Amino acid sequence: MNTTPVAGAADFALVAPEIFLLCAACAILLIDLWLPQRLRQVTYLLSLVALVVSAVLVAGLPGERMTAFGGTWISDPVAKLLKLVTCGTVAAVFLYSRDYLLARGLFRGEYFVLGLFATLGIFVMVSSGSLLTMYMGIELLALSQYALVAFDRDSPVAAESAMKYFVLGAIASGALLYGISIIYGVTGTFDLDELAAGLDGSAATNVGLLFGLAFLMAGIAFKFGAVPFHMWVPDVYHGAPTSVTLFLGAAPKLAYFALALRVLAEGLGSAVQAWQDMLIVLAVLSLVVGNLVAVAQTNLKRMLAYSTISNVGFILLGILAGTPDGYRAALFYVVTYVIMAVGSFAMIVALSRRGFEADRIDDFRGLAQKSPWFAWMMLFLMVSTAGVPPFVGFFAKLYVLQAIVDVGFVWLAGVAVLFSVVGAFYYLRIVKVMFFDEPAPGLAVSASGSFRFLLSVNALAVLALGLFSGALLDAINRALP
Amino acid sequence: MNNWPLLSILVWLPIVGGIAVMLLGDARAALGRWLALGVTVLAFVLSVPLYTGFDSTTAAMQFVERLPWIPALNSDYHLGVDGISLPLILLTTFTTVLVVIAGWSVIEKRPSQYFAAFLIMEGLMVGVFAALDALLFYVFWEAMLIPMFIIIGVWGGVRRVYATIKFFLYTFLGSVFMLVAFVYMYLKTGTYELSAFYQLPLTLTEQVLIFLAFFAAFAVKVPMFPVHTWLPDAHVEAPTGGSVILAAIMLKMGGYGFLRFSLPITPDASRELDWLVIALSLVAVVYIGLVALVQQDMKKLIAYSSIAHMGFVTLGCFLAYDIYANTGATTGAVLGLQGAMVQMISHGLVSGALFFCIGVLYDRLHTREIGAYGGVINTMPVFGAFMVLFAMANAGLPGTSGFVGEFMVIVAAFKANFWYAFFAAVTLILGAAYTLWLVKRVVFGEVANEGVAALKDLNRREFLVLAILAVGVLALGIWPKPLTDVMEPTLQQTLTLMSASKL
Repeated sequence: MNTTPVAGAADFALVAPEIFLLCAACAILLIDLWLPQRLRQVTYLLSLVALVVSAVLVAGLPGERMTAFGGTWISDPVAKLLKLVTCGTVAAVFLYSRDYLLARGLFRGEYFVLGLFATLGIFVMVSSGSLLTMYMGIELLALSQYALVAFDRDSPVAAESAMKYFVLGAIASGALLYGISIIYGVTGTFDLDELAAGLDGSAATNVGLLFGLAFLMAGIAFKFGAVPFHMWVPDVYHGAPTSVTLFLGAAPKLAYFALALRVLAEGLGSAVQAWQDMLIVLAVLSLVVGNLVAVAQTNLKRMLAYSTISNVGFILLGILAGTPDGYRAALFYVVTYVIMAVGSFAMIVALSRRGFEADRIDDFRGLAQKSPWFAWMMLFLMVSTAGVPPFVGFFAKLYVLQAIVDVGFVWLAGVAVLFSVVGAFYYLRIVKVMFFDEPAPGLAVSASGSFRFLLSVNALAVLALGLFSGALLDAINRALP
Repeated sequence: MNNWPLLSILVWLPIVGGIAVMLLGDARAALGRWLALGVTVLAFVLSVPLYTGFDSTTAAMQFVERLPWIPALNSDYHLGVDGISLPLILLTTFTTVLVVIAGWSVIEKRPSQYFAAFLIMEGLMVGVFAALDALLFYVFWEAMLIPMFIIIGVWGGVRRVYATIKFFLYTFLGSVFMLVAFVYMYLKTGTYELSAFYQLPLTLTEQVLIFLAFFAAFAVKVPMFPVHTWLPDAHVEAPTGGSVILAAIMLKMGGYGFLRFSLPITPDASRELDWLVIALSLVAVVYIGLVALVQQDMKKLIAYSSIAHMGFVTLGCFLAYDIYANTGATTGAVLGLQGAMVQMISHGLVSGALFFCIGVLYDRLHTREIGAYGGVINTMPVFGAFMVLFAMANAGLPGTSGFVGEFMVIVAAFKANFWYAFFAAVTLILGAAYTLWLVKRVVFGEVANEGVAALKDLNRREFLVLAILAVGVLALGIWPKPLTDVMEPTLQQTLTLMSASKL
């Protein structure tokens, strides 16, 4: 260790957003305890304020790469970008969830506090400079998520999903931790920078390291929900209350991207040969299984869960290129995917009401006649996720394709586009149901004005970011130079 | 007027107009219709200066507009027209006006969305023909599928859902491989600029793979045998306007793609694989012609006839290599390309007109079965006259536009190989057989049933549409020179590009 063991003010300045978020979450938890139910809105508003202030603090961080606490903490542009997107996403999730929770008597402070703790976990993961910091972030995020899934405690399905998620998640965490310990045993460090400095070209053939890497990879794949570690995804997405699915499906993906970026690209960059092959298997399987199984779903939440799996395949494709272009493409993909996923799940929330979850594909029948505007918004979201231009989902796929063709994996690009076509089928089926079928009785978007506005902005952003993808691309190029 | 960004206006005016029509909603559908008509007429009027201001002595791109779009990728918003794209853009703006008129009062279900979809389609189609940046081209090319998907799916016939999903997936599947090819060339050149792709040297293996990727996209769109099966379904199920746009313009994008992308970018692969295209084209001409003969459904018959006619387009495009090998002269080779272009424009008018005719009958009796008609001329004499004219044009009667393109391609085929010409000329018999037999069964004879007896002749709206098309078909048939003059230098340049080896 060549850094000073004593932490100074400069170190604390770099973690100001996290410290604030931690204090805010604790304070909100306490305040919520003394609030009568009719004042529950205060918790909601305070949570939003906490997110906004955190975002402001993040925005104030220095623009260059700096480390703190002896290298265990990294503050760099990509962390900044991911944290800002996280704040925006979680805030959108809170806004989308409000009516849904109110209608079901679930409007409780814990939802927001757990959401804030999960956000903190994401922040920690995004900025970790050592495997241990990373693990702390992962666990904070994971525990918050387990609790969120079980949040509707009267629902047996939710409880079952939470249990499944918890047990499988614990195994994955164990694998991850085991992998970390082996890597520590082989290299003698947890620090990602030291890891990178200590490894050379022979890393890809170091059996001990590969052994640890395999466990690490299993953990990453589980968190992402990549095939064959995807079993929990559909059950948890389906079983959780939709407002929780909204959360699960979006913001954590940013953290898992950071996990892969920090550990694989930054820490184990010299072992790229080794993890590239593993990622190829994961990515191809995710694309194939995710897209094919999604076709057979009748429940929209499950369909979107499998769609997530296939999109994870694309994110992994970007990462496995192992080039700065590849990481940028994956970052672009994950950011835009989060925007689309939040919008798609919010559509389910928009159509749901007390005692009725609009989570079957049939529930969208004839939406174009009942609520034409929202049918078009959903069309934008679906078609974008399918990767049809001019929507942003197409450009996300394009950048990933560029990155992998650039490193010579033309065949992988072929597989990816082929299964995108399969994917197009089930997204189109939603469009078909909305536009071509006769309406289901008594179904229209009954959301509040702010919800409608946010959802419209969300869907139109998918179009605008597509038409002007250069701006987002520039921001990403600056974040990951 | 020459300083106006005409092409951008032609792309964005209909799109913005379409959004406006949609926002007006069905409650104000009457206003929406007039707005749609106004926008399409304005777009057509604005496309005329493209022709009058076009310099037909040069192959250079004209009316060029260029703005940075995605600087990180060196991809520009780059539009321009030359002798290949100009006629197709005119055809697009022209046809869309007629489509709006034709749908005026027959569309009762969600009319504002119907007109909006066609307007947005128009903008995107102009964009396809005007884009000079591969990425921009691809964006327009794919985006076009969305409104068409909605058009067939919402306003189509009984099996519309099956047909529209099949249509979408077929074309999407074809196109994604083209995207991979674009990405590959982008990584070689560092730009998506089309002219950079023309300059890019490629090995034969690379060219063959890129050619096949393009082929997947364009052959589906044309469509060529054996990937044509989406077309009869889509045509039969689509509403009249959808069929017209499909036949008149979307199919042409396949031919346009061969001329703009396959031949200049992969000339050596095109030379190596021209036998494949020629063989499939001749199969389309002969076999699909025979298939057309046995159809019971009028729309299906015209759909198959479209495939057969588009076989001429692909044949004309790829004849040049054999002609060059046989005669060493380029004159005949250009004739093939010209024939292909003329055939595309002519087929746009003729097939569009025939689909309108079928639409007219369908609006009255709500069936497309040939057997449900007979003796229509007795109750609808004016309509009968138009139908016979367009049928003759479809069969390639001299004096109509259908003759010009087919004749040019057959003459070019003779210079390449006698047997090519022989099989191509079979179409003159088959085409006459299936169209004239159709006319005989539908238009002539005794009045078949009470339905036909009660038919009313064309109203003014229908007369207007068919009369405009009839003028176009005859004008192009009698005096095709204005059209061929415009495209001559560009096709010469295409020929130069496709004959120059890139190895």
